[in-house]
Amino acid sequence: MSVNLTLLTVMGALYACGIYLLLERSLTRVLLGLMLLANATNLLILATGGYAGLAPLFDKATDPRDYNDPLPQALILTSIVISFAVTAFMLGIIYRTWVLARQDEIQDDAEDRRVAETPSFDAEDDAVIPVETSEFPLVAAGPADTADGGGPEETVRAGARHMPAAEAAAEEQPGSRTVDPDPEGGQK
Amino acid sequence: MITVLAVHFAVAAVAPFLFRRLGRNAFYVLAAVPAGSFIWLALQHGAVYSDAGSTGAVLPWIPDLGLELAFRMDALAWVMSLLVLGVGALVLVYCARYFKSKDSYLGGFGAQLLAFAGAMFGLVTADDLLLMFIFWELTTVLSYLLIGYARTRLSARRSALQALVVTTAGGLAMLVGLIMLGSAAGTYRISALLAAAPELVDGPAAEAVAVAVVLILAGAVTKSALVPFHFWLPGAMAAPTPVSAYLHAAAMVKAGIYLVARLAPGFAETTFWLPVVLGLGLATMLVGGYRALRQTDIKLILAYGTVSQLGFLTMVVGLGQPDAALAGLALLLAHGLFKATLFLVVGIIDHQAGTRDVRKLSGVYRSSRALGVVAAIGAASMAGVPPLAGFVAKESVFEAFVHHAETGPWGLAALAGLVLGSILTFAYSARFMWGAFALKPGVEPTPFKAIKPAFLAAPALLSLLTIVYGLWPVPVDAWIQPYAALFDGGDGAGHLALWHGITPALGLTAVTFALGLAMFYGRNAVARAQSLVPAWFDADRSYQLTIGALDDAAVWITGRTQRGSLFFYLAVILTVAFVLPLTALVLADKPLPGGLYFVDPGSPLQLVVGAGIVIGALAAVRANKRFLAVLMVSVTGYGIALMFALQGAPDLALTQMLVETIILVAFVLAMRSLPAELRDRTGGKYRVIRVIIGAAFGLTMVFVAIYAMGSRVATPVSLEFPRLAYEGGGGLNVVNVTLVDIRAWDTFGEISVLALAATGVASLIFVRGRGDQIGPSADVAEGSVGRRPGRTANTRDNAALAMSRRFAAATRDAWLVAGRTLAPERRSIIFEVVTRLVFHSMIVFSIYLLLAGHNLPGGGFAGGLMAGLALTIRYLAGGRFELREATPVGAGALLGIGLATAAASGVAPLLLGGQVFQTAVIELWLPVFGDIKFVTSTIFDIGVYIVVVGLALDVLRSLGAEIDEHFENQPESGAEGQELPEEPGDGPAGAADRPAESTTGGNA
Repeated sequence: MSVNLTLLTVMGALYACGIYLLLERSLTRVLLGLMLLANATNLLILATGGYAGLAPLFDKATDPRDYNDPLPQALILTSIVISFAVTAFMLGIIYRTWVLARQDEIQDDAEDRRVAETPSFDAEDDAVIPVETSEFPLVAAGPADTADGGGPEETVRAGARHMPAAEAAAEEQPGSRTVDPDPEGGQK
Repeated sequence: MITVLAVHFAVAAVAPFLFRRLGRNAFYVLAAVPAGSFIWLALQHGAVYSDAGSTGAVLPWIPDLGLELAFRMDALAWVMSLLVLGVGALVLVYCARYFKSKDSYLGGFGAQLLAFAGAMFGLVTADDLLLMFIFWELTTVLSYLLIGYARTRLSARRSALQALVVTTAGGLAMLVGLIMLGSAAGTYRISALLAAAPELVDGPAAEAVAVAVVLILAGAVTKSALVPFHFWLPGAMAAPTPVSAYLHAAAMVKAGIYLVARLAPGFAETTFWLPVVLGLGLATMLVGGYRALRQTDIKLILAYGTVSQLGFLTMVVGLGQPDAALAGLALLLAHGLFKATLFLVVGIIDHQAGTRDVRKLSGVYRSSRALGVVAAIGAASMAGVPPLAGFVAKESVFEAFVHHAETGPWGLAALAGLVLGSILTFAYSARFMWGAFALKPGVEPTPFKAIKPAFLAAPALLSLLTIVYGLWPVPVDAWIQPYAALFDGGDGAGHLALWHGITPALGLTAVTFALGLAMFYGRNAVARAQSLVPAWFDADRSYQLTIGALDDAAVWITGRTQRGSLFFYLAVILTVAFVLPLTALVLADKPLPGGLYFVDPGSPLQLVVGAGIVIGALAAVRANKRFLAVLMVSVTGYGIALMFALQGAPDLALTQMLVETIILVAFVLAMRSLPAELRDRTGGKYRVIRVIIGAAFGLTMVFVAIYAMGSRVATPVSLEFPRLAYEGGGGLNVVNVTLVDIRAWDTFGEISVLALAATGVASLIFVRGRGDQIGPSADVAEGSVGRRPGRTANTRDNAALAMSRRFAAATRDAWLVAGRTLAPERRSIIFEVVTRLVFHSMIVFSIYLLLAGHNLPGGGFAGGLMAGLALTIRYLAGGRFELREATPVGAGALLGIGLATAAASGVAPLLLGGQVFQTAVIELWLPVFGDIKFVTSTIFDIGVYIVVVGLALDVLRSLGAEIDEHFENQPESGAEGQELPEEPGDGPAGAADRPAESTTGGNA
């Protein structure tokens, strides 16, 4: 099996550039990176066909080995058109992002960051439960007394910060107010 | 048996409808189910206690897995079923007066309670380990729902979850144990397992069996709330009291006891059995009794009492001796009777007085003497006072452990612990009665509503049974004897009796009463002593700490791994993607394969083209203008087209050229509103990382490719393709025949993807609908499309604008159908003329490519792209109405027609008796054309062609026409459309340079 180093070197360079662009914040560059990656992959498939040869147009007199391998060609043809469709789709996404948020950048996911900031206090798990000595509290006279009552200003640790316990409970709700939303992120 | 189960679940399923119709009285209907089953059970007595010893029923379920619905009713199952069905029916009757009709979720609650009774019945009668496990988990889930009945109360939700977590954790361990046991024995049938137990316990797999049994015991320990998992049971008292009475006294917590009892005849001899059962049982009994003395809520006194009793039961049932087995089941029944009574009494007190607090209740006995008597019977039975059931059972327990004490110091310790536990039991029983009913000095008598007889019926009946059982234990003894006989030396079990004579056991009972009474009368001293002891190890607290630590760890790990940064994720993925293969390559240490070459003798020009591609790619990376970067990527694309041509792939070269061109136009159309500047905003540190990852990845790919290709040994399958294409596919162009015939399925999949992507693009831009309906150009006012809003004077743009307006009056020259709709400054007369000249030629050429593709370079893809390019030119020259005039059929319709054509060409051969996508060659003669060889796969290619045209049209309509309209509708945004590129078909330079310049500063 022959290996065409020229093709592979060019392929390697395209992969390198493609990955470099892919790791960028700008959506346009990410798309360009993807296109380079597609081109690189096409070259890789092409290289599997071996030496350059005749165009695979059948001729009875020609030995099949003299053609350039038609199978990788068929695969690449498919890949080219699919890449076109994907590129068009990405362009649609980029345009829509621009229309909605006026930016062409990949934002950090605010929800993920909120999860990282989630306080260890969880109202469902950790709030003090008042002692209930009846299932029929309406009948009972007098208020239910609270057990070893935490002070009203009990604070809990949330990530690196301390916050009042009452606010920590609200933290469980989506769109909590204690984590600053990104100035550009979130919905408009 | 199966009918009983089925009826339980079926009635449970319709229970909500019953409640809607009957209100709370529907509980009576539900109670009829276990009550009827109870009668059936009584009728089964003859069969179960015949010589056969059991009845059974087996239904095949999943034969391939050896799973069967196997049920078996023997003495143990029968006794357990008595408790489950009997108490179940009484509790349901009680519920009918406990709840109010207007209570919400009552239908679901009733259904769950009845289903629970069914599941519990299934659990005790299942004869298959896995089937039993299914019922086991069913009870766990139902208990979760029942405990959480008061869903608005935090305490109910949390305790329900706690019970679920603890019992499921044990259940999982148990599942592992069951599977280990089942595979060691080669059967999951419980009866067969027990029969084979002696060989298993002493056989080669003895250690595995011992471990399996410990794992199964873990399930029992969590389910029956033994130390250290006892804390969930008091927590579960957040459930409505009938639920506590049933689940946490008579039924569910007994499941663990049942499991121990079920396995004890075979596996009590295994290594870890006695230490686990006796150790944990005793500890639980003492801890439960100790803590019961500290509670002020009468329900919690009972709860801790139950914990204590469960430990007690586990010890007795698990001892593995016939007399203990007899005593254990006797105690189990007695406990079910008195504990259910007491819980129901507590429910009545709570219901009528509105509190369960010992410190608030006072004088309840005066208000309701009947209730007091019922409760007293229950409590006395719990304390073991003669002549009640508890006394009979406890007497035989003492008997058994007095025997056991003769085995050594451990036996003696167990007996001592048992006596201590019984003393505590006596003390908290007395404390319960005092707390619930006594008239306390200094506390005003609790207001107490009168009790309706129907409400009191269930506990009264239970207490009556307690008395009957105590006075006449003979039938109970007869029920249990067959079970006790399963143990070695089974005939030495003795008998239950009220009076055994003066025995050591009686002496121990006397000691218990004396010390228990002393503890009750000295209760203030006891309380002081207890308060002095520091709160020792608190299992509930440590559970919460564990769960909290888990939560923290989860948040910590999530926070470290889910950073929300795409860069981070990709970097990790890509790093793995190159580190792993690279490591493998280095470790494998293989020499480079032969056959490497730089210069292909067939096409040395590749070197030059390759250099061009690399330069283009590097320039794309460095470019800081948006369109420059796009252009540079195009350079690599066109370079690759050249590379294809040099390699001997004309089809690819053609397609790549066309695609690059259309992509370039699409890019310009989509990005005209974005700022021209394309700054690299990632910082220096990250840039270094990116360079490293990129370079390493590229390098890895090169080496992977070299080794992969170098290791190829077989002849390429494609050597056969030319012949196949010619003979089978009837075409000369091997690549095209491969696409439409040899690998037609692939291509069909691909055009489906194209249709999806096209629809995706359209929906991203149009958002609502496909936007296929655009009015005809005839309705559009002249020169109204793409008008530029007024600009300030003195700009160069403006001068050019004025100039073009002066010259653009040639509306009568209808070179294009809809050209007149464009604003004058947008029109280019040269462009219109050229379009007019080339459009039809391009369409014809595209059809030529399509039809000739079978034998010459071309085909559906290339043809479709060519047609798309023709449409592009038409749109650029004449605007969106021109595009509409050019395509009377919508893009969606085109995609559909194309897919349908391709699909039809695939299915048609099937109808004609061939295979999917089979090709036929039809030769015919036509006038003018002469002999024609028509290959049916051409029809498939036509479908491909139409889909590609549809895709191109969708791109133009979305990224072109619709975005045009967005601009015109919001002119003040300042991001108006500028002059569009001309002649994109000519080459990249003309197409992208101008927009790249003219968008500068045109952003918002």
